Amino acid sequence: MNRLMRWIHIKGSPENYYRLAGRLIPWFAIPGLLLLVTGIVYGLVFAPPDYQQGDAYRIIFIHVPSAWMSLFIYLGMSVAAAIALIWRIKVAELTAMACAPIGAVFTALTLLTGSLWGKPMWGTYWEWDARMTSELILLFIYLAIMGLYQAIEDRRKAARAASLLVLVGLVNIPIIHYSVQWWSTLHQGVTVLDRKMDPSMLWPLLIVAVATKLIFATNLLQRTRLLLISTESRKRWVREMAKTETPS
Amino acid sequence: MSSPLIAAMTALFNRDMRLGIRNRGELASPLLFLVLIASLFPLSIGRDPALLQQIAPGVIWVSALLASTLSLGQVFSRDYDDGTLEQLLLSPQPLAALVLAKVAAHWVTTGLLITLASPLLALGYQLPADIIPVVMISLLMGTPVLSFIGAIGVALTVGLGRGGMFLTLMVLPLTVPVLIFASSMIAAAMGGQPIEGHLLMLAAILVLSLTLAPFVIATALKIGMS
Repeated sequence: MNRLMRWIHIKGSPENYYRLAGRLIPWFAIPGLLLLVTGIVYGLVFAPPDYQQGDAYRIIFIHVPSAWMSLFIYLGMSVAAAIALIWRIKVAELTAMACAPIGAVFTALTLLTGSLWGKPMWGTYWEWDARMTSELILLFIYLAIMGLYQAIEDRRKAARAASLLVLVGLVNIPIIHYSVQWWSTLHQGVTVLDRKMDPSMLWPLLIVAVATKLIFATNLLQRTRLLLISTESRKRWVREMAKTETPS
Repeated sequence: MSSPLIAAMTALFNRDMRLGIRNRGELASPLLFLVLIASLFPLSIGRDPALLQQIAPGVIWVSALLASTLSLGQVFSRDYDDGTLEQLLLSPQPLAALVLAKVAAHWVTTGLLITLASPLLALGYQLPADIIPVVMISLLMGTPVLSFIGAIGVALTVGLGRGGMFLTLMVLPLTVPVLIFASSMIAAAMGGQPIEGHLLMLAAILVLSLTLAPFVIATALKIGMS
């Protein structure tokens, strides 16, 4: 075992990770909340209305960052899953598993805000459009990963099986995306990267996008800590901690 | 046979085929299921020939998808119960190759039979005779992918004993690309459009799953049996 792996194993031991994550959480949570409030207030109150869509467009300040998160979290989960399968690091297994519910919520939020936005803009809550359909399938994949993790009794086996499913999904998601895109499309194209967006609308969007990342990190660390103490509840460090410390 | 690997794969394939063929009920049930699902649609939405023609590609493919998925349980569960799977894991041959032989046997006893039975469905849905080869080609290329993706799901849930519904929920989202390309290939042929694009995409997905899925299935089995 080389020095790097040794370092990872020591620093990544459940006990160390639990404490480190606990110390890191405020550094993500506080800026995350501040930016979220700033971005949402800026977007909903101060940003100018759209010349075509009026005030209804303001839902993008939630919809677009959530859509980005739904894919970003999947990528993060895949990295953790790959590490879990290759090096069998327990913390990586639990990190991957902690990603899934957060990703599922962002995906569901994307679908929900999208369909609420679709009603005034397209005149329909749901349309079998390429991006909406692939987002829906992404939600199913998230739910399948969570379901598989719950279904298997042995926690480590469950995490590794579900991690494998994460990687299967990773290969499949681009194929699903392009197949669905070819099949039909109604959704508006990507406008953010084209620099077609006015800065007064782009800024709140980017602020919320950063805020969602920080809030995701907060949530992920806390969920991983909870998974750690629940799977390690019989280990000495958890018992010692339960005796001496008040839970934070 | 020359190499021991080929010999092992052939032996396993033959064994699974023999088990499949001797159990007539199990062999026939995906086919009956397929025909039954496909006949529910005219009963529920009416027998207008134009409408039936229009929904035919989708109905044939969704029925094939369900029939193939529901027959998956037999791939590994019996071998898990009687200990064969442990022997396969212990064998000196690479597990991925043995898995490939097993999936191939599963495909012959389900996907290939579905493909052979599909002209009946096509006729029932009033499809013109020159579309039938397209339907069969789409199934011939698509059903092996369904077997591979399904086997991944079965391998992940091996030993759970509660496959069924959950297995279907896990497997179906992953089969969406096959469903799209295969059914739009039939629809394109019916509209007089070229089918090469769809055919090539199906072939690409088939090659991708043929090369990657055996390793994924083998890894999943190792996790499940550890």
